[in-house]
Amino acid sequence: MDEVLLRRLTPGVLAVLVRRGADFAAAEDAVQDALVEAVRSWPDDPPRDPRGWLVTVAWRKFLDRARSDTARRRREHLVEEEPAPGPAPAADDTLQLYFLCAHPSLSPSSAVALTLRAVGGLTTRQIAAAYLVPEATMAQRISRAKRTVSGVRLDRPGDVATVLRVLYLVFNEGYSGDVDLAAEAIRLTRHLAAAVDHPEVAGLLALMLLHHARRPARTAPDGSLVPLAEQDRSRWDTGAIAEGVAVLQAALARDRLGEFQAQAAVAALHADAPTAGETDWPQIVEWYDELVRLTGSPVVRLNRAVAVGEADGPRAGLAALAELDPALPRHTAAAAYLHERDGDLAKAARLYAEAAHKASDLAERDHLTRRAARLNARPRR
Amino acid sequence: MAKYLLLKHYRGAPAAVNDIPMDRWTPEEISAHIRYMNEFAARLEETGEFVDGQALAPEGAWVRYDGEGRPPVTDGPFAETKDLIAGWMVIDVDGYDRAVELAGELSAAPGAGGRPIHEWLEVRPFLTAHPTVTE
Repeated sequence: MDEVLLRRLTPGVLAVLVRRGADFAAAEDAVQDALVEAVRSWPDDPPRDPRGWLVTVAWRKFLDRARSDTARRRREHLVEEEPAPGPAPAADDTLQLYFLCAHPSLSPSSAVALTLRAVGGLTTRQIAAAYLVPEATMAQRISRAKRTVSGVRLDRPGDVATVLRVLYLVFNEGYSGDVDLAAEAIRLTRHLAAAVDHPEVAGLLALMLLHHARRPARTAPDGSLVPLAEQDRSRWDTGAIAEGVAVLQAALARDRLGEFQAQAAVAALHADAPTAGETDWPQIVEWYDELVRLTGSPVVRLNRAVAVGEADGPRAGLAALAELDPALPRHTAAAAYLHERDGDLAKAARLYAEAAHKASDLAERDHLTRRAARLNARPRR
Repeated sequence: MAKYLLLKHYRGAPAAVNDIPMDRWTPEEISAHIRYMNEFAARLEETGEFVDGQALAPEGAWVRYDGEGRPPVTDGPFAETKDLIAGWMVIDVDGYDRAVELAGELSAAPGAGGRPIHEWLEVRPFLTAHPTVTE
């Protein structure tokens, strides 16, 4: 049984049912039923046209359910009608599904869950494991999300930005069960990039590829974080970097800069440096200036201050940092790092310990604690 | 998405508004309280925000390692322990504001006279997984 093939086919099958006029929630249930039947019957009797088989079986399941529902409710006209004609025939069905699953009426966590289920074809159990919640809770989250978007008409293209935010969340947050969420996010973004011509979709894909490329070097065997400057760059995935850079360059050539392209440009400059010492920090600062202009985000300003510290020296970085709200996440960690670079090790050690106390994730806290411990352990004069 | 622990204390929290201990409620008031708690958990399961909830017995002991080849040392229970946890609920919500909103609802559970207890609950964020993009 080829699970990857099944999952790749899922969104397209679902989209066909929705285009034929099936209510989204009912269509999703019918596709899940068809998948269960495929898992049961394909090993002995593999279909010649898997997608056609799934569409036929899912549509039959949908009609069966609708018929029994209507028999109960005496509303037979619903299913006797021919399938409603879809929207523009040329529109990519799957693309509409992306929009639906990232609909603004959904909370971020619901949009993430629904996207992974309906577009990604993951099971509820897999999604629950990836986010460390009970399966029953995730099942409820998904079915509520389905109900929320059930009335939405798929006749107009949605906003790509909402879809990108959801895919970014899948890539960037979450724990890990047996599903690699980052790889899944890349797969979905790659598919989206093929369906819609938009430089920011390409920008997000490039960003993901460039960060994913560093993953083998990001953690030591004991699970601790390895900061960018200390990573073994020979372990970076050069294939992913080459693809990310190519995707980014094609996007930038369109001259419609956006947040994800600018973030990817920063990642590309890091990927480009053979050693940490050869990083083009002045150019990274320029990209952060673009990002500040595009987003105005205080978190971006914080990252910019650290980059300024690398480009123009720690004093300049501390001066940039001093203009920002000290309550920003990772502000103390950035200050600790810049003071360490400036040679004020006692102050750096104190700030690292304080930053560890404020850290919101475990790996970061342990990393900051280690840095404080290393400075505290140095020979005293 | 963020997980929060809502902690309920037997002792150690600031005094509740309706601070009459449970053993002086009527049996109907106790039933109403338990029903409220169960319904609250069921509602969170329906919204897809429930992770776990458990109640703890007040009795417990301190335990520590006592060296190679020796059994652990136990001590207590200490009747005077300042801070005594009664139970918890873990929720998975979109953010801090929602966690506070839900803790507020939980704190409205009815007590003596069927009136809300206005009990102080402790809200603590979980440490998260490390994000992929940090720069």
